[in-house]
Amino acid sequence: MSRARADEEEYWHSSKFRAFTFDDEDDELSQLKESKRAVNSLRDIVDDDDDDLEKVSWSGEPVGSISWSIKETASSSSSLEGRDTSLQKGSSSYSALPKQVSSYSLSSLFKGRNRLPSLPSLSDAFSDTGVKNYAPELRRPKAEYKDYSNDWSPRDTVRRMQRGKVCSLERFRSLQDKLVLLDEAVAGHDGNVITAVLIFLKRTLRREVLFRELEVRQVALCHLIHFLKETGEQKLLLDLLRFLDRTEEVALSQYREHLNIQDVEKKREFLKGCIGLPFSAEDISHIQDHYTLLERQIIIEANDRHLAMAGQSEIFRKYPRKASILNMPLVTTLFYSCFYHYTEAEGTFSSPTNLKKTFKIPDKQYVLTALAARAKLRAWEDVDALLTTKNWLGYTKKKAPIGFHRVVEILQRNNAPVQVLQEYVRLVEDVETRLNLATKYKCHDVVIDTYRDLKDRIQLMAYKCKVERGSAEEEKINSLLSNMQIRWKN
Amino acid sequence: MAFAYSPSRRRSPHYDHGFGCGAAAGGGGLRGLETQGLPGRKDLFIEPDLMSPLDRIANVSVLKQHEVDKLYRVENRPAPIQGGKQCCFADIVNADKMSGRSRKYKIIFSPQKFYACEMVLEEEGVFGDVTCDEWSFYLLPLDEDIISMELPEFFRDYFLEGDHRWINSVARALQLLNSLYGPFSRAYGIGRCAKMSYELWRDLEEESESDGQGRKPEIGNIFLMDRDTDYVTALCSQVVYEGLVDDTFRIKCGSVDFGPEVTSSDKSIKVLLNAQDKIFSQIRNEHFSSVFGFLSQKSRNLQAQYDRRQGMDIKQMKNFVSQELKGLKQEHRLLSLHIGACESIMKKKTKQDFQEMIKVEHALLEGFDIRESTSFIEEHIDRQVSPIESLRLMCLLSITENGLIPKDYRSLKTQYLQSYGPEHLLTFHNLKHIGLLTEQTAGETLTAMESRVSKLVTDRAAGKITDAFNSLAKKSNFRAISKKLSLIPRVDGEYNLKMPRDMAYVFSGAYTPLSCKIIEQVSPPTLARRSWAEPKAFCPPPPRRGWGL
Repeated sequence: MSRARADEEEYWHSSKFRAFTFDDEDDELSQLKESKRAVNSLRDIVDDDDDDLEKVSWSGEPVGSISWSIKETASSSSSLEGRDTSLQKGSSSYSALPKQVSSYSLSSLFKGRNRLPSLPSLSDAFSDTGVKNYAPELRRPKAEYKDYSNDWSPRDTVRRMQRGKVCSLERFRSLQDKLVLLDEAVAGHDGNVITAVLIFLKRTLRREVLFRELEVRQVALCHLIHFLKETGEQKLLLDLLRFLDRTEEVALSQYREHLNIQDVEKKREFLKGCIGLPFSAEDISHIQDHYTLLERQIIIEANDRHLAMAGQSEIFRKYPRKASILNMPLVTTLFYSCFYHYTEAEGTFSSPTNLKKTFKIPDKQYVLTALAARAKLRAWEDVDALLTTKNWLGYTKKKAPIGFHRVVEILQRNNAPVQVLQEYVRLVEDVETRLNLATKYKCHDVVIDTYRDLKDRIQLMAYKCKVERGSAEEEKINSLLSNMQIRWKN
Repeated sequence: MAFAYSPSRRRSPHYDHGFGCGAAAGGGGLRGLETQGLPGRKDLFIEPDLMSPLDRIANVSVLKQHEVDKLYRVENRPAPIQGGKQCCFADIVNADKMSGRSRKYKIIFSPQKFYACEMVLEEEGVFGDVTCDEWSFYLLPLDEDIISMELPEFFRDYFLEGDHRWINSVARALQLLNSLYGPFSRAYGIGRCAKMSYELWRDLEEESESDGQGRKPEIGNIFLMDRDTDYVTALCSQVVYEGLVDDTFRIKCGSVDFGPEVTSSDKSIKVLLNAQDKIFSQIRNEHFSSVFGFLSQKSRNLQAQYDRRQGMDIKQMKNFVSQELKGLKQEHRLLSLHIGACESIMKKKTKQDFQEMIKVEHALLEGFDIRESTSFIEEHIDRQVSPIESLRLMCLLSITENGLIPKDYRSLKTQYLQSYGPEHLLTFHNLKHIGLLTEQTAGETLTAMESRVSKLVTDRAAGKITDAFNSLAKKSNFRAISKKLSLIPRVDGEYNLKMPRDMAYVFSGAYTPLSCKIIEQVSPPTLARRSWAEPKAFCPPPPRRGWGL
């Protein structure tokens, strides 16, 4: 800054300034005092190399260049517009002010307070001097100052907003001002204020400019994204995500919209469109499956509703459908199909085997679901068939990919008769679990046989009192106990 | 947002609508409702989330005293992404306007009004038609020793969306605590959010510079901790009575709704669960297994006390009826409720293989039998036991193992989507984003050198080597912390749940909540400095580094 202007400032700061106080805001005053101290202490240090530094503008261009003067004009005119009320009251030297602001904050920016020229310190400098320079000239009755809320520095604006006070943001017109304001808001840790500032920026900046600036401001970016999600501005959100190259989020965000579509036909169409979205390779197949599933459900639903209405099919008469199958998960659909369409040939869309194939349902999952469905219908032969496999010699063998204790649990929950139950209890591998289950569900035969295999005479004798007097089981125990062939371990 | 509105001054001059609603949201400042501009009859519309807090401070008769005519529940519209909440008020106001009705409307926001809400009102063209108010509801005393902010939306907003909107509320709550109980002598914190809240709070304090200085501090240390420093605590099954009641019935704002299956009548009862409940206060922190014994002992005692009246003469009987009977009846009521609750819990937990689930959790915490645990989770998913529980187990697996092996991740995810619905694709994405359910990345587990080695040997051997390297690289953050702070107690023999020796009893001796451990370490002042330094070094990686104040 030129010597003359420095003097001028010194004058303001040292003399007049003291006379001026913001009576209604104490913190304002203390802040001013503090910045004054800081600035005054600076002067000694920085005076020497003043000249080099003065000539650089905000954007780093040398003062005097065209872009600099354009900016200056712009900012001065904008501040004029922002303050038209005060202009009417006849302040004289407005046009000179913005320049002072810029140059002053510049010096503190480059030399000030031994801080890195990070944005917060930049705004400190900006705000301090802003108030200071205007203050003396704007002196007038206190009452009028109250209306003059346009005057808050970015920092104070943010503070006031944090306290829930109304604050007009209209005077932040230059991009620089807006960004300083945003950075102050972020530094203030109050998401509500950050969002408020973003609403303002969104309204007053072209989206490309806004996006570009937010890209380097992650916290603010999160707030904008969240805000757009909450207010449902899907289009802008997608544009933003595309701009940021977050293609997967673009896809997910679009896919998310299907939750809002009630009509199934429309939903199906929508999901079809989702298949082309830039999901990760893994998710593409899930989306594809989602589409196929709904497509199937629509067909099955139409068919079955018709069947049920006609009243021809026995199963639908005996077990009326409780709800539609539309929008249900795959496993539920499989259960449904095992319940109502178990015997259908693989060619039909509603057959369990077709579902299994189309969606590559793992064996374990399939058996579990089919078992539950058939057991619910008490179709014990189906259960038997489901768990029976033939080996290459043609022998049949019982096999359960889920473990027989689970099979027993499912059957028991569906009140399977003891004869059915004990067949599977017998197949439980772990002896202890087997004994537990057998005892619990009164599968006497299994208990007796297990104790026999364990050669546990004592337990077998003890078990005798748990079976009915004179029953076949008691007889069996007696004959075992009298069998001399068995080498009891106790 | 709370919302108050009121119908036509002209047609029915003393009939107003009051409106309470909002995830962000506000019920009543009831006194405020009356004094600040809405005298006369009014309707109150309440956002469901606000019902529980409002219940704690008011009831229907209080509302009636304030001339609240009708109460409505504001349902969010099904569309989750539309700003439905605010719009539905605007819709009502606009509908009234269209039909030429004029009423007074008031929206009460709680705990604070957001600028975004005002923006919506402005956009909907109803800004001038409604007056707004804030119900600065920051702290709700839940019990003699618990004060809560009751902000369930905090987690999602901050950790998932990265929105700092609640930090101001936290700072204000701290300020309030500070003004109520005098200055805190020390503050400790872990995590970014804790730091920001602390800074904002200090800011507020400096600004107000209240007279609290001379006061005797009633609160010694405060600890601010981010939830993400210790997800494990939130992911483990609770096994003490209060925890199980919460798991089964959801405790909201310190009270719980016991349904017909508990009350053994046809209606539900709302019960306040706190130290005032003499039965609850004795069993809340007990391991579930010892609760039965306690309750049956209690009922025997109660029976005996009732039985005493057999041998009484008239005078004694009079005494008994006037002095003891009421207390006994009260006790009887509580006892039957808690026994009913126990039964329901037992029924539900048996169905869910609770025993096995806890076994799996313990295995995950200690880091053995990972394969068995994974297949248990798989089966849990396949059987559609519970969408939440399945996710909880998966997250626990992910946190303790520093992410799932890609193969497992893919297969569990696929099965989950098949069992619980394809739209959970979004759930998985969110969980991944937040770091709760992640996939181990190849880079983490296999360096270039190692993969070159594995190319040189046969496939089978390569598998083994990869496994070995994987397990080497899997020194998860969780393992490091839990080892350093011995969060997983070493027990020889049976863990004594009735007379526990450490805090891990809340998880049947499997895990000590990190926050409790840290507070324990810091509490004796002499230890503070030394032990704080340790966890600090281990708590989550930058930028969420621990910090002491």
